[in-house]
Amino acid sequence: MMAAGDVLGSWAFYAGWAFMIAGCGFFATAALGLLRFPDLYSRLHAVTKTDTLGLGLLTLGLALLDPSWRSCLMLLLIWLLVMASGAVNCQLLARYNLEQEEEDNHRVS
Amino acid sequence: MIWLASLILLTALAGIWRMTHAATIADRLLGLQVLSTTGIAFLLLLAQWQSNAVWRDVALVLALLAAVITVALVQMLRKRS
Repeated sequence: MMAAGDVLGSWAFYAGWAFMIAGCGFFATAALGLLRFPDLYSRLHAVTKTDTLGLGLLTLGLALLDPSWRSCLMLLLIWLLVMASGAVNCQLLARYNLEQEEEDNHRVS
Repeated sequence: MIWLASLILLTALAGIWRMTHAATIADRLLGLQVLSTTGIAFLLLLAQWQSNAVWRDVALVLALLAAVITVALVQMLRKRS
């Protein structure tokens, strides 16, 4: 019983750390895309997707490291909120920028 | 844990740079979104690192505010234009 618990604990520990490192790697990719991509749409693409997936992996790793009901539900709620707001913000910003560009084109021509 | 947290803070610095050195306001809002997401991630790491669950509540409040702020600002800009 004790040995099974230990094995499970170490498995969850290593898996949690692997997920957390992968999530932070995705955050670093988001920073790279934010600094290096040429226009707003590709930057939006980089940032929203990698932020959603990176934070998802990070919360999964933290939930494996601290498997109590309260913290798991809290992490799930935060991840769902960030995912929903990221998708909505991406659409809003892209549409707003497109409208502005069209207005500018009309003004020039 | 401290290395992961500093990597996330470097990403937040990239977001701040994008906020201050941007041509359009949509770019600035994108930087703000990166800053809020990395802030949430840093607070979650801090909660595990210091084993203090209060930071998780702070991250939840930040997630709620970050969900609202871009929608509110884009609505305001659309009304103005």
